[in-house]
Parts: sequence; structure tokens; C-alpha cells
Amino acid sequence: MARVVVDVMLKPEILDPQGRAVQGALTRLGLAGVSDVRQGKRFEITLDGDLDADRETVLNRLAEELLANPVIEDFTVRVAEQA
Amino acid sequence: MTLDTVAAAQASPDTAQPFAELGLKADEYQRIREILGRRPTSSELAMYSVMWSEHCSYKSSKVHLRQFGEKAPPSDALLVGIGENAGVVDIGEGWAVTFKVESHNHPSYVEPYQGAATGVGGIVRDIISMGARPLAVMDPLRFGAPDHPDTKRVLPGVVAGIGGYGNCLGLPNIGGEVVFDDCYQGNPLVNALCVGAMKHEDIHLASAKGVGNKVILYGARTGGDGIGGVSVLASETFDETGPAKRPSVQVGDPFMEKLLIECTLEVLGAGLVEGIQDLGGAGISCATSELASNGDGGMHVWLDRVPLRDATLSPEEILMSESQERMCAVVTPAHVDDFLRICRKWDVEAVVIGEVTDTGSLTIDWHGEQIVAVPPRTVAHEGPVYERPSARPAGLDDLQANDASRLPRPATPDDLARTVRDVVAAPNVADKAWITDQYDRYVRGNTVLAQPEDSGMIRVDERTGRGVAIATDCNSRFARLDPYAGAQLAFAEAYRNVATTGAVPLAVTNCLNFGSPEDPEVMWQFAEAVRGLADACQQAGTPVTGGNVSFYNSTGDVAIHPTPVVGVLGVIEDVAARTPQAWHTDGEAIYLLGDTHDELSGSEWAHVIHGHLGGRPPRVDLHRERVLAEVLVAGSRDGMLSAAHDVSDGGVAVALVEMALRADVGARLWVPDGLDPFVFLFSESAGRAVVVVPRSEEQRFTAMCAARALPAQRIGVVDSGLGDDAGRPSQQVLVLALPGGEQITWPLADLREAHGRTLPGLFG
Repeated sequence: MARVVVDVMLKPEILDPQGRAVQGALTRLGLAGVSDVRQGKRFEITLDGDLDADRETVLNRLAEELLANPVIEDFTVRVAEQA
Repeated sequence: MTLDTVAAAQASPDTAQPFAELGLKADEYQRIREILGRRPTSSELAMYSVMWSEHCSYKSSKVHLRQFGEKAPPSDALLVGIGENAGVVDIGEGWAVTFKVESHNHPSYVEPYQGAATGVGGIVRDIISMGARPLAVMDPLRFGAPDHPDTKRVLPGVVAGIGGYGNCLGLPNIGGEVVFDDCYQGNPLVNALCVGAMKHEDIHLASAKGVGNKVILYGARTGGDGIGGVSVLASETFDETGPAKRPSVQVGDPFMEKLLIECTLEVLGAGLVEGIQDLGGAGISCATSELASNGDGGMHVWLDRVPLRDATLSPEEILMSESQERMCAVVTPAHVDDFLRICRKWDVEAVVIGEVTDTGSLTIDWHGEQIVAVPPRTVAHEGPVYERPSARPAGLDDLQANDASRLPRPATPDDLARTVRDVVAAPNVADKAWITDQYDRYVRGNTVLAQPEDSGMIRVDERTGRGVAIATDCNSRFARLDPYAGAQLAFAEAYRNVATTGAVPLAVTNCLNFGSPEDPEVMWQFAEAVRGLADACQQAGTPVTGGNVSFYNSTGDVAIHPTPVVGVLGVIEDVAARTPQAWHTDGEAIYLLGDTHDELSGSEWAHVIHGHLGGRPPRVDLHRERVLAEVLVAGSRDGMLSAAHDVSDGGVAVALVEMALRADVGARLWVPDGLDPFVFLFSESAGRAVVVVPRSEEQRFTAMCAARALPAQRIGVVDSGLGDDAGRPSQQVLVLALPGGEQITWPLADLREAHGRTLPGLFG
């Protein structure tokens, strides 16, 4: 069994309105010195069996087509556990 | 990278510069060198390249657009005309209304959600920079084939983006269009319209007057969004290589825009602002050069004071950035503190970035070194102007000769019945609720009519009920067959739609979407469409108040159909008197106003049933449109009409089905004497409407039509008691008696199924 984690973040140059809102709230609620907040999303995908090369190719393709929007987002795919 | 200063440019005249990569032609680059008497700095080159792009300079369209001013009919209503951020129209009782439509086609293809969202944001800022409070938005949209996989990517994203931005902003979306045609496959059209209102005394203009006045940039921070977007995105077509060339996309923040609206209206209301300009395409380059050019002619800017989201941006990038939700105001020194205080209250960042000078020059410093010194008019208003060659398309004669008369027509009553169902279910005719239900149509509580009514209507004055109605239209198939007539038909349809709801048409805006102006055949289409629209506005007495041109819309080498989207705004004294689309009351008479000819070329029927496009579009009679509008408005005002619907796509058949479905009430119908049933149902002759008249008003109404020589044929009676199990909503039927004594019966439940399932089935 393998657990694969896909992290998706807005590209650094892209405006992140949610991150900005969280940054404002953190400051208002008493955390001093917050200079930036970027918010992303994380997918944890559990697979039967190991992540072989074929499935890795498919997963990478789907990360680009479904999980992330490569026009405005970067993503990383990594294996968290390989049983 | 070293800083390219004015001094450096003087010292190194022969440095090669990437003008071609920035979209400038060799002779344009040469002209910049002549204007400056030296080579431009890289910052100046960036400014000229964006401001002289087709999108900002209108260099190919200017010579034609002049007609809108030259042929403008005298109108007391026009308070601010073409050339400002948006035109302003007097609607009475001290109210002024401003409205404008703009394209965001190319960004919406690259990144549908953000492209469409920032399209809404941009047009809203145009409206607030005139001093008006935005009241509503509308979106005329065009997509490729409904069943094409890429349409499934683009359409849901565009719709979600419009809904997401507009809903968060708290602006109702009251109408627009959704049209599918293969010609938009690689180049969807996303046009956005906004309407706002203000009192006459609150109108503001974009100019930087008063030496010593401060230039304040406020709103969101500047980031790397859409750098070069204006010149690269809007001036070049997409190639098929895909992701590698994807430019940086602008991301919208509707919550920031909401703060910007409230903050801007407060500083304007407090009298703190001398001149104001929104930042859209070309960002700071555009705002500073236009403000300076419209004002006393000079401005100095400290560019390093601009608050940045990304500290690594170069001055060239800051000048070109299209980061959203930013505005620029000119404020007297005495008012600066008050201005900044109000910005703080709204949590809007504001910085004095420059001041008005009398040098006649726009100068920009970067950390103490001068990087720009240009005459602002040469950037903003005196860009290149091209009289591009035009040529009537080679295949047009063949296209016009291949008319719809040779297409097989439904012969039997069964064929006719089935054809009605097929046309009603066609994607361009089908119920658009799947799309418009994603928009908030009623927020703010002043929406009187919204899609699927003929026009969107908004109450402006809550005390008197005074309001405005807006419709946008364009049948690009007609424009393809004859751009002059097509533009006039687009105007006529929008004009008619406004009058159908009971409002008096007052003013016109437009969004002219065409292929490449460097193609003489496209240029001919453009010239013809502009001439047609200007002539139509002149004859109808409604001036063009502003608009937008979008060129380079094509898929591969094939230009889109010419798509001159026309928006007409009308005023209604009391929105309570509006005419809705639905009929309700048994026994009320159904009339068809206007003349029906055998005009099927370019029609929805020919498109849907035969996939055919050829022939000539329906004839235009603007005098008739005017008379029809007068009758519709008088009928609404004097309570002679209980329902009305314009006749356009899909003809009388579609008009009648939509009126019946709206409140789910059936009717008894017959074909008027002397008309072929097929022509009666599907012809798209212009200048027609279906109206419903209460019994007590029939005599007065028909007398009014006769007095104005407007044909009015009685074609039916509202009747909810015709089905098997009469009176039950699910059993409502439309019954059409044919001249031969036969009749066709359509259960409304079947028609609703056909009309309603198409879009959910495609995108559901």
C-alpha cells in the first residue's frame, strides 16, 4: 500500500486573496510580524500496492489535469509511505 | 540587470532593443525614437509597446469609429460621450446612468475562471471611475460547439468566474447572451457589461489638473500579474503549442474590489478628488499617461513608491503589470490626509506616487534615477493610426447566393410539430437557466427583470420607481452574411428588446469582436459593421456612448464570424409598469406585430436543422423598429399590454413557446391568413413582437397600431383549459390550427423537457 501526497500551491507571482485574508486575520487576532501567508491544498491518495512507474506517470498527468491548474498553480507529487 | 535610465539611453543610442518581441513594428519603433530624439529606455519602450498595442490604441479601428461621433443623432440625454471611461446618459429626475461593455476574450480562453472574473472586475472599475455606483452586470458569451471537449473546459470555468466574482461583489447579473458556434472553438468571446447610476453633480472624469496636485495609487498591491498581457494577449493569436507560452494570468479579488467601490464612492462623495482613473490593461503606464494627457500635460512619478506584492519586480514590469483592483486618483495637497484616512478606514492601501507638473512631460524616477521622460499625449492619444486595406471577402457572393430557399422544409403537421421541438431544444435557443442560476440575479433588491426576460431591468430610484432596462444582442450569422445589415440587426434586436419590456431606448454601447485587422477581408467586415451600426443609431435617434474593439479573434487562420455585440439602454419612468414575457390570463388576445416575410437565410432553423449558413439576412427597417418601439412603450405605460416578447432567434415559434413556458399557461393559436405555416413559425423577419392584450384594451390597442400603420395580426388566445385534464398545470398545451383544418398540439411538459434539458445534459 502506498500513500501519495500531492501538494498544490498558487505560483509565487499569483495573487492569493485567501492567503491575504488569513494574513489580515492572524495579525488582527494577535500574531505580530506576519509578513505573508500563502494558502494551498493537499491531496492524500492511498493506493493498493506500490506506486509503480506506470501509475506514477498516470498520477503525474492527472495531477496536472485535475488536481492542479498549471496555468496558475505549481504542484509536487511525493510518496509518503510505501508498504 | 542594470537600470536603463534616460541618461543611459542618451549615452548608448545604438543599443539593440527587443521592440518586435514587445509587439511593436519597425516603423513604430522608429517613430518612438523620433518623438524622443533618442532611443527609448526599456521602461519607455514597455510603456509605448502596451499603449500602442491594438487593444489600448485602437490604431486599426480609430478611423472607422469616428463615425459614431460624426453620425451621432442630437440627443439631450448624452452627458458624457465617447472617449471617457464610459459614456453617461441623463435618465431624468437628476439621475445619470453610465454603462459600458468590454471584451475579455483571450484571457478567458487561457484561464477561463480568472479571465472571466477579472473581465467583470475591470468593467466595474470603469463604472466607478465615472463616479457611479455599480448597479448590475450582464455577460454576452460565445463558445464553440456545445459538445466539443474544450467547450466543457471553457464554459463552466467562465460561468463560475463570472458568478464567483459578481456574486462576491454583490452585483446582480441581469442578463446577457449565450451563443454556440463552431467559429468560436479556439476563441470564445467573453464580453462583460456593467451599468451604474449617480446624480448629475457626481460625474467624474479622468484628468490630472492643477499643478502640485498629488497622484495617489490605491487598492491592491502590484504583482507580476498579466505582465505584457495587454500587448501579448490581446494582440496576437494563440498557436497550438499550448502550455509553454502561457503568460502570467491576472487573478481577481472581488472582496478587494468591493472595498475599492465603497472607498472610491466615499472619497468622491466627500469632494476629495480632482481626477480619477481605473487601472486596467496596461496598468500604471495607461493610468499615468492618460491622466497626464487629459490634464495640464505634466506628471512626475516616483515608481519605487508603488507598493509591491513581489519585491523582485523590475520597473518595466511594474509599469506593465495588470494586477487587478487598483485605482489612481488626483488629489489636491490639502485633501491628501483626508483621502488617505478614508482609504485606511476601508482597509485599502494608498500611496502618493506622484504629482501634477506643468512640464508637459511625464517623468518617472526609480530610486532617484530618471527612467522615463516622455510627452504623455504621444503615449496615450497620439499613437499610430492605420487606414488598413480592406477587401470584400472573396467567397461572399457565393455565400449570399446559396440561400435557405433551397433547403427542404417540413411538409406535414407532424414534421412541423417535431421541428418546433427540435428548434426549441437547440443549444442557442434552449433554456439558459443552468448558466444564469449560477449568478445572483436579485442581490441589492432592485432587480425588476432578469434573464430570460427580453431585457434586464433595474430600479434606480426607490422612491419614484424610475429604472433602466438593458439588452445586448448580436446574431453573428447575420453579420457573417452581411456585416452592415448584421450590425443593424444586432442593434435592432437590442433596441426592440428594451422597448418590449416597456423602456424607452436611449443610448448604445458596443463590443466589436472581429478577426485580425491585418486581414483585408476582416477589415472590410469591421468597416461595414461600424458603418451599419452608426447609420442605425443615427436613424433610430440613439447615440453610441462608448464601447470596445476586440481584434485578433480567430482559431488558427480562420477568423470568427464578425460579432458586433450591441447593448442598448432604455429608461422607464416606473418599473411597476414593465411588460413581462409571460402570459397568465385566459381570454387575453395574442397579437403578432410587424410584417412576416419568407426570411429563413441565417435563421436558427437553417442552422439547427440543416447546418446551413448562406443567403442574405432579414431586411432591416429602422423606421418600423421605431414605430414598434413606440407602440410597445405606450402599450406598457398605458396598461394595454399584459405580456410581450420580441421575435428573433427561432422566429414566432420560439417566442410563443417561451411565453407559454414562463408561467406554464397554454394557448389556442392559428396561422394568420395568407401566411405559410412554416414561414409563420420560423421566419426571422425583423421588426416584430408578440404581445398579449387584455380584452378590455383590444380596441384601443388595435386602433393605436392602425393609426401608426403597424400591422397587428390576432394569432391566438391565452387558454389554460385545453388539455385532457384541463386546468392542471402539468396538462397545459399549445394548440395551433393550420389553414387546412388540421391542428398541432404540443403539451407544455414536452416542450419544457426539450427546452430545459439541453444545457444540463451537456454540462450538467
